[in-house]
Amino acid sequence: MVRAIAPVVLASALPADAAAKDRAIAAVAASFDRGVSGLAVSVQKEISDLFTFLDFAPTRVAFAGLWAPVAESTPEEIAAFLSRWRASRFELQQASYQALTQLIQASWYDMPESWGAIAYPGPPALGR
Amino acid sequence: MIPDPIRAGLASGWKTIDAATLTRDTELEADVVVVGSGAGGGVTAEILAQAGLRVAIVEEGPFAGSTEFRMREREAYENLYQENAGRQTSDHAITILQGRCVGGSTTVNWTASFRTPKRTLAYWKDSLGLATMDEASLAPWFARMEERLSIAPWSLAPNRNNDALRVGCEKLGFSSAIMRRNVKACLNLGYCGMGCPANAKQSMLVTTIPAALDKGAILLHRARVTRLVVEGTRIESCVAHGIERNGAAPSIHRVRIRARHFVLAAGGIGSPGILLRSEAPDPYDQLGRRTFLHPTVISGALMREPVEAFYGAPQSTYSDHFLEAALDGPAGFKLEVAPAHPVLVGGVLPGFGDEHARWMSRFDHLQVTIALIRDGFHPESAGGRVVLRGDLTPVLDYPMTPYLWDAARRAFLAMAQVQFAAGAQAVKPVHEQARGADSWEAARTQIEALAMQPRIARVVSAHVMGGCAMGGDARSSVVNELGRHHQVENLSIHDGSVFPTSLGANPQLSIYAIAARMASGLAAGLRHS
Repeated sequence: MVRAIAPVVLASALPADAAAKDRAIAAVAASFDRGVSGLAVSVQKEISDLFTFLDFAPTRVAFAGLWAPVAESTPEEIAAFLSRWRASRFELQQASYQALTQLIQASWYDMPESWGAIAYPGPPALGR
Repeated sequence: MIPDPIRAGLASGWKTIDAATLTRDTELEADVVVVGSGAGGGVTAEILAQAGLRVAIVEEGPFAGSTEFRMREREAYENLYQENAGRQTSDHAITILQGRCVGGSTTVNWTASFRTPKRTLAYWKDSLGLATMDEASLAPWFARMEERLSIAPWSLAPNRNNDALRVGCEKLGFSSAIMRRNVKACLNLGYCGMGCPANAKQSMLVTTIPAALDKGAILLHRARVTRLVVEGTRIESCVAHGIERNGAAPSIHRVRIRARHFVLAAGGIGSPGILLRSEAPDPYDQLGRRTFLHPTVISGALMREPVEAFYGAPQSTYSDHFLEAALDGPAGFKLEVAPAHPVLVGGVLPGFGDEHARWMSRFDHLQVTIALIRDGFHPESAGGRVVLRGDLTPVLDYPMTPYLWDAARRAFLAMAQVQFAAGAQAVKPVHEQARGADSWEAARTQIEALAMQPRIARVVSAHVMGGCAMGGDARSSVVNELGRHHQVENLSIHDGSVFPTSLGANPQLSIYAIAARMASGLAAGLRHS
């Protein structure tokens, strides 16, 4: 599911080259899972519940307005549901939007592959 | 090659136990157990160990030294911060940065060092009745800790991120000043938040903790205190379980430490959390209440020239212009800057897709100003409350009241005004509805229309204070001004959780000084008993 959402969240920040982009998305998905595993146990549960909601058709339709499974939705449909959550009045949707986007962004921008596009030279060499 | 004092100390025979690797239950004995190794615990451990007492330090996080500080964000957030630097208030509205490693937040803070503001101390005396926390009595303790930790005004030029705050304030006639920092032979790298790779930052990790270990203290790390065993009005022992990393389940093997006295220094959230789990006496329902955060809002600016806010001392200038108004009026705020590193900025900038990527593509031109709101001095700013989740871990409920949102809006306005005065081309308040503006007038119109609501306006905190307030009256506080618990005889609390309000300044030096005074008093008492 993260593999479908990450390209929408990162958009033009991802490499243009198709193979490099695929590798980046796979790495972001793996890093996303590692990031979740370090959160408080109760927050890990909230995120796992979120994925359950998004997996199960009736809750996905009600909660995200997505008729097709996330992995089969178009980037436009995914962007639309993220925008709805972002503007939502409900805590669950706002917090889910922020958790999804921030974990994906944190995963990507930790990778040296992302730094060229943002003119970040990386940490200085300390000669050790 | 930079020498690693932790590796050297371990080779010299320091007594340490990595509780996450224990394969059976363990019993220990000490004169004093100190729970937490940050600003309060580090200072306390050193003073007690120098007094000849047998000290056991218990720390939830790992014992990592400079060799492991590789200036990589995710690695640092996962290893050295609570909940991967993603700890939040219960409503997900405020993200809280707190250290979780030997040295606590002092290992990862940005080195800002301020004495407790005079007006805060005056308020504690005049409005809250604290009799001994006056400026004159505390002055020698501040001086002692400033000397111990090499606290001095930053003598190099501020980096461009900090200089923008200085220039903007100067153009507008707002006061600003150079910060004091706890560093020695600082390389001006800019990676304080990931653990100092050069051992220049005089954190507890490289000062008081090594001194305590040299004096024979024992350090139990990767050990979470599950409870203090309270028998009547005394604590009999402290029970901890190994914990391998953030988010992991505690080990089944326990460590029990018996001692004469116990000092809690697990910080705001941590210390009240342990007492709640331990069902410690709390006859007036004070525990965990009045927890303060310096709720902080953020403003990003694109400057004409590269800022490279990732390099150079992260914080070296500040402005107290907006703290000058009356304490009991609208809330004031302190202006500082925050360093820009890719994960921090990527996670904090609102939005996603091309909107987000466009701002990230100007990352090296980004200037980041922050405003820390002074909470706790007004009836509409009574703070938050630490409670336990179902799994007994602590979490903070912190309502952002209309009074605080009013300050947040004024802070967004002030930051944008300063950033444009410093030459910004565009300013974007960190708020889900803010599009970014290319002039001060446009920014003002936009900020005045923003909805000030939880999660829509992004709020962060790196300063958790209160929850175990000190005071003379047991009906409105948890410990007295010596740090002694009102109801439990052999329990003290020496950390930021004893502050009865927020401080209006970065807290490390206030914690150092007050912990030094409390620990010196405790050491004298324990030696004679």
